[in-house]
Amino acid sequence: MINSSSDNVKKLNSINRRMFITGSVKFFIMIGLISRLFFLQVKENKKYLTLSDKNRIREWKLAPVRGEFHDYFGNVIAGNFEAYQLHIIPEQVEDFRYVIYRIKDLLELSDKEFKRIIKKKNEIKSWETLIVSDNLSWKKFSKINNHLYDLNGVKPVISISRNYPFGSNFTHVIGYVSQANEQDIENNEAIKKNFVPGLKIGKVGLEKSFEKQLIGSNDIERYEVNAYGRRISQLEFQKGEKGKSLRLTVDTKVQQLSNELLKDQAGSICVMDIYTGEVIAMHSSPSFDPNLFVFGISQDDWQIIRNDPMKPLVNKTLQGNYSPGSTIKPIVALSALENGIINTNFTVNCRGHKHPLELYGQTYHCWKKQGHGFMNLRNAMKQSCDTYFYEIARKLGVDRLSETAKKFGLGKEVFGNLFNIEKKGLIPSTQWKKNALGQNWVLGETVITGIGQGYIQTTPIQLCLMTAQIANGGYKIYPKIVMDDENKVSPIDKFTPLYKNSMNIKIVQDAMFASTNEVRGTSYRSRIDDPKYQFAGKTGTAQVKKITEKDRELDLKTFQIPYEERDHALYIAYGPYKNPRYAVSILVEHGGNGSTTAAPMAKKLFKTIIDRHQLRESINYKKYLDI
Amino acid sequence: MYQHNRLTANNFNFFSKLANFDYVLMACILLLGFISLATMYSTDGGKILFHTKSHFTKLIVFTIMMLIFSFINIKFWFSIGYFFYVIIIGLLIWTYLFGIKSSGSQRWIDLYFINLQPSELMKICIILCLAKYFHRMKLENVNSLYAILSSLIIILLPMGLVIVQPDLGTSLLISISGLAVLWFAGINHKYFIYTMIGFLISLPFIISFLKPYQKLRVLTFLNPDRDPLGAGYQIIQSKIAVGSGGIFGKGFLKGTQSYLEFLPEKHTDFIFTLFSEEFGFIGSVFLLLIYAVIIYRIVAVGAQSRSYFAKLFCYSFAASIFVYITINMSMVLGLLPIVGSPLPIMSYGGSSMLATMTGFGIVMSAKVHSQQSIA
Repeated sequence: MINSSSDNVKKLNSINRRMFITGSVKFFIMIGLISRLFFLQVKENKKYLTLSDKNRIREWKLAPVRGEFHDYFGNVIAGNFEAYQLHIIPEQVEDFRYVIYRIKDLLELSDKEFKRIIKKKNEIKSWETLIVSDNLSWKKFSKINNHLYDLNGVKPVISISRNYPFGSNFTHVIGYVSQANEQDIENNEAIKKNFVPGLKIGKVGLEKSFEKQLIGSNDIERYEVNAYGRRISQLEFQKGEKGKSLRLTVDTKVQQLSNELLKDQAGSICVMDIYTGEVIAMHSSPSFDPNLFVFGISQDDWQIIRNDPMKPLVNKTLQGNYSPGSTIKPIVALSALENGIINTNFTVNCRGHKHPLELYGQTYHCWKKQGHGFMNLRNAMKQSCDTYFYEIARKLGVDRLSETAKKFGLGKEVFGNLFNIEKKGLIPSTQWKKNALGQNWVLGETVITGIGQGYIQTTPIQLCLMTAQIANGGYKIYPKIVMDDENKVSPIDKFTPLYKNSMNIKIVQDAMFASTNEVRGTSYRSRIDDPKYQFAGKTGTAQVKKITEKDRELDLKTFQIPYEERDHALYIAYGPYKNPRYAVSILVEHGGNGSTTAAPMAKKLFKTIIDRHQLRESINYKKYLDI
Repeated sequence: MYQHNRLTANNFNFFSKLANFDYVLMACILLLGFISLATMYSTDGGKILFHTKSHFTKLIVFTIMMLIFSFINIKFWFSIGYFFYVIIIGLLIWTYLFGIKSSGSQRWIDLYFINLQPSELMKICIILCLAKYFHRMKLENVNSLYAILSSLIIILLPMGLVIVQPDLGTSLLISISGLAVLWFAGINHKYFIYTMIGFLISLPFIISFLKPYQKLRVLTFLNPDRDPLGAGYQIIQSKIAVGSGGIFGKGFLKGTQSYLEFLPEKHTDFIFTLFSEEFGFIGSVFLLLIYAVIIYRIVAVGAQSRSYFAKLFCYSFAASIFVYITINMSMVLGLLPIVGSPLPIMSYGGSSMLATMTGFGIVMSAKVHSQQSIA
């Protein structure tokens, strides 16, 4: 018993000692747990709170509403319309095969379209939106809506989409929108920020240049979602802002007229305000319908546009480098006057094809077989005598000519970097030739530069600017196409004189007047006698290919020459002559003769432009009255 | 023989028993029950649904059972020690043979009115059995080869039966409960150290024997971001829930992680996560405090008890409860790999609560009959 009780004591001692050890261990473990809790809940609380919100809050971005384009009078030329679309989220559809075949029947989809949809479905994640159709007719849309009971998970959606009410009329001004691709997203911050699947962005033209202003911002829907991504409740709806609408300087009526005039022909028409530089119309023909691109152009339509020999995709006004032909003559004359090479009495005898100008064995013919006889500046301009201009160009030299030409806006982009497609044209000089071709300038090249052939190349918009600056009395202007463009700083050298002596400008203007309004003037037949509409201009016929002796003997009419070899017809003009306001440049590719093809268009144009002048002015006055 | 006389004089009438009752322990258990009920109500999304109702019923039934158990003389618990063990082993074998299969494991037996998980009961039973085994043993005999081997067999037998279910978590908890008794019984601490070293050395081999999903759990524990939507999902979401709770919590019924179903197993093993999200650091520490008081009271009951059996049982049971809580919380807080281990009383689950309440009942009985010695 004593043994046993002493054993008991020992046992008790042992168990109590061990209990003490265990208790201490427990205490420290408990401290450990509490510190862990403290670490997670107090120290790292922010991190986990964010993670928890990330878990439960999901954002849905909706496509922003794009800003519109308005013409000068506020007419919408690129607007928005409600497109009826059909969306499916594959994971929300119980029986996808059934639903998709049902839709195929209802929408009468072709097998090709159907395959495309299936392909798209396999590419996206099951919770992403599959756009089955992005532009349904109202009839089909209502048909779908009537069958919704049977199409579980199909969502008819009304979405805002781009619409160009004037179709092809403005294509080369505003461009078009189409679905953003990866490159677009990568290259443009604004697109990246606002991107949602199916977002339409500007691909060319002003739609592209002003993407940042136009794009607007997304509507954002914030939802609380559960672990399975199911929306539980909407927490917030953040209304996005519509993109900024842009007012253009363009007059829709004039633009439409330009379209009509160049119908079925390749070419370009520009109209510009000679004081403000506002572009009233700017058209490149042929054009194409930008609406085709909004929902992705079909392969067939694309091939038609792409393979058109008249090249509708090229913006001839900005991208077309053409020999200016005789339309350069006002600048050649001005340059010669400015540099004191000639005066108004300087005379050259044009003796026709039998006695052409001869330099180092090369002959240079005037366009007129019989020759013009003795020509002074005014007559030479009026009748576009080539021999006269060969002579003064020879005397002037190409470097002095190019200096004047560059001053008047040739040889560089008219809109700066507004359109990234714009071409510079080319105003040659001896230095240029040395640098670019590594050859010395040849005198014969000066001679043909004098009639706008050879290396010299200009775009129609440059010719228009040049004309405008001659018309306004020789002052520098900066063309613009967007009103109130906030990006553009107003240049300081606006309205600085480009001449040395203003008389010289007057002489050139007078010569251009003669060319249009006097007998034997090249565009005499297109004149308007009414002083209200009277305009002055200069024709031009740019050779596309060198005229051989054989051609000269044949002396074919325009329609007898194959299309690609016909001359480009050009015409530059400004009016009304008494109190000039607008400058025009017209180019018809392979149109034959400037005086017969291009000049008559100017007549129609000036009628409309000047008729609308009053209206245009009144818009500005109204703006002040509103305040 | 003074003690003996006093013993015989003590008749343990009802009122003296009632007076001996540990009211602090009782209050803590009831408070815990109430908290668990509120949490369960929250897991049901703030409605009284299946889990809340079922948990409530179990709480009532098992608390009454616990009270009844406390009035049963500690001698009775001593006497049924081995018998109880044999019964549960039988049930485990029964489970192995005829158990209900669900999601790849066979842990339950169908008792027609209730589905029982015998492995949970084994957690308490093994303590009872080993406490009885060591009660009479002299200290010098405790470290004899015979005693160690037979006690190891007592532990390894149910462990094996539970591992084949397979249920690694519970089998580990059973072995820990058993080892706790061995520790308090006075087995040389060197053996524990050797076993620990041996375990660490053989760890790579053990891992190679683990089932693929268990290996995945270990890997996930080491780096939860390995597969955040797959194996790492539970632990990441659990940490987010706890961490986002902050100091004061998101408020009752406002835990977004659980409400929006980001939390896995929120009724059972991860219930602490939900509680912690809604009541924050302060709530969690309060809950830990309640557990600490419970454990302290159990230890105190053991210290007051005359009989070695009661002491051994109370200390071991307190240690076991502590281990359950620690393992569960460590797992939930990302300190341990995920092993299935419920939080006593808080977690939904009848068998676990039955076992815990039985344990409390026996502790209470030891308290009421603290002067009872067992021959």
